[in-house]
Amino acid sequence: MPSKYSAEKASLGLRLGALGTLLFLYVPILIIFLYAFTTDEKTFSFPLPGLTTKWFGVALGRADLWSALTLSLQIALIATASALILGTLAAAAVYRSNFFGKDAISLLLILPIALPGIVTGIALRSAIGSLDIPFSYWTIVIGHATFCIVVVYNNVLARFRRMQGSQVEASMDLGANSFQTFRYVVLPNIATALLAGGMLAFALSFDEVIVTTFTAGQQTTLPIWIFSQLTRPRDRPVTNVVAMFVILITFLPIFFAQKISAEASDTEGDK
Amino acid sequence: MTNPAIQFEKISRHFGDVKAVDEVDLEIRDGEFFSMLGPSGSGKTTCLRMIAGFDRPTSGRILLYGQDVSDLPPFQRDVNTVFQDYALFPHMTIEGNIGYGLMIKKVPVSERKRQVDEMLDLVQLPGFHWRKPSQLSGGQRQRVALARALINHPKVLLLDEPLGALDLKLRQQMQVELKAIQKKVGITFIFVTHDQEEALTMSDRIAVFRDGKIEQIGTPAEIYERPATTFVAGFVGTSNLISGETAKRITGDARMFSVRPEKIHLATANEKIPAEMYSADGVVREVIYLGLYTRYMVELDGGETLVVIEQNLKSTSMDVLKAKDQPTRLLWSKDHINHLGA
Repeated sequence: MPSKYSAEKASLGLRLGALGTLLFLYVPILIIFLYAFTTDEKTFSFPLPGLTTKWFGVALGRADLWSALTLSLQIALIATASALILGTLAAAAVYRSNFFGKDAISLLLILPIALPGIVTGIALRSAIGSLDIPFSYWTIVIGHATFCIVVVYNNVLARFRRMQGSQVEASMDLGANSFQTFRYVVLPNIATALLAGGMLAFALSFDEVIVTTFTAGQQTTLPIWIFSQLTRPRDRPVTNVVAMFVILITFLPIFFAQKISAEASDTEGDK
Repeated sequence: MTNPAIQFEKISRHFGDVKAVDEVDLEIRDGEFFSMLGPSGSGKTTCLRMIAGFDRPTSGRILLYGQDVSDLPPFQRDVNTVFQDYALFPHMTIEGNIGYGLMIKKVPVSERKRQVDEMLDLVQLPGFHWRKPSQLSGGQRQRVALARALINHPKVLLLDEPLGALDLKLRQQMQVELKAIQKKVGITFIFVTHDQEEALTMSDRIAVFRDGKIEQIGTPAEIYERPATTFVAGFVGTSNLISGETAKRITGDARMFSVRPEKIHLATANEKIPAEMYSADGVVREVIYLGLYTRYMVELDGGETLVVIEQNLKSTSMDVLKAKDQPTRLLWSKDHINHLGA
């Protein structure tokens, strides 16, 4: 669509600035990609002494890596699923009804994303500890859900606010009860918001370190596994291989989440 | 005789301290086109929402063909609504929208399709099945909203200012069409509007609302020719209100009366006063030429200003503008005054 972008070219300075920013953001990531293929297993020497793909094989063979990956995926899935349900319910409550302290509750729901992870982590740790709940798989899920709920809540609430007119009333007027109205009218309206929010929540949970450190027992999630590798420089390139995959795994959902949100706002009321 | 379509028994709806609807009694007859007319905040929309079930009365009962529906949720009432913003479902096709009520009632697909076709014909949108609401114009969405409600054969159809978003030409066309559709389907229509012309055009009867109460209920002609209160006289059309000394001088009676601007004849200063006419002398202060008619502001000798409207049957703008600042005698038939209460 030519109309969407200005035909005028940006000035040279602006273009250089943009290039510089992108390099600043992505060169470190490229370095990780590069050193995933190095033959040198201890240091980051440049130029690379040689190229190899043997670290991919080594990574595949490491059982500790696989269990960390499985754990991270499981936690991300469960945290996302509970965030989808709780976030949607919270958004519906805040959107549909007016009650005392509504704004305060809305703020409290959003706050966890702004709170430093270290604060959330330490708070959760003392809360869980004082309740005598053993640190486990489920405490990690709870920790992750605190910030996953926010992204779902925000996405869904924004969609509710954009929902056209009195559709819910219209549906009830045409004979649908609350469940049917949710199934046939509300859900289709917020579907893409749920997908986008869910993907974002998944990505957030999948690479979370700080809160996990405080809420985990003996479990090692993938980010924590990577973190622990720093102190063991032996198979350094393996870490890079894993980091590469983490980047890809988190990049895809965020990429799609963005695409979905953008499409939804481009074609509002046109789905 | 059948039960009235809708009966309000001392219906009140309070929002905190605000009495949006205040002890309203109302009877809407079977099969009539009934309008609720009033300025915003007069309680007409709240009344409509209470009939639909979106709002519950604070006190009182609502009867639908004799059945008390006051406590039924919207989906258990045999009424349907055409919303001001149409409220079409954007993710469904036109067929999906119109067939929604039947889908919920689990009507078989083939039967549903047949009835949707019938409705699309009724609202003159044949072949629109697969379009999406976003691909339709405002007027077309309006028709879809109407079809979506009518397909359920409600006992009463509620229309909440459905023509408000349309431009004037389309609105006038839809007024005629709505009336024709109502005749055809024979369903009781309750139409909420703040546009007096709309109400006068379509209604069998009109209720004029003000501050949560009904000021007057009557046919369009009754409301227009015999307004019961100064509010109705001023809200429906334009009225000249005359009271006190001036009233006494003109009619020999100090009671307030109203007279419509188009009933007054603008005569020359010394014209003879026929026996069946009232008269008042004054000076033309303002002449506003409006093409079809001309509006004059005439200052009476007593100080009041009356509005007079005369159709431009023979005169041109040049003629009528000459009347400015000339002395004049106003004449109107004694039948055309209307004594008012408060």
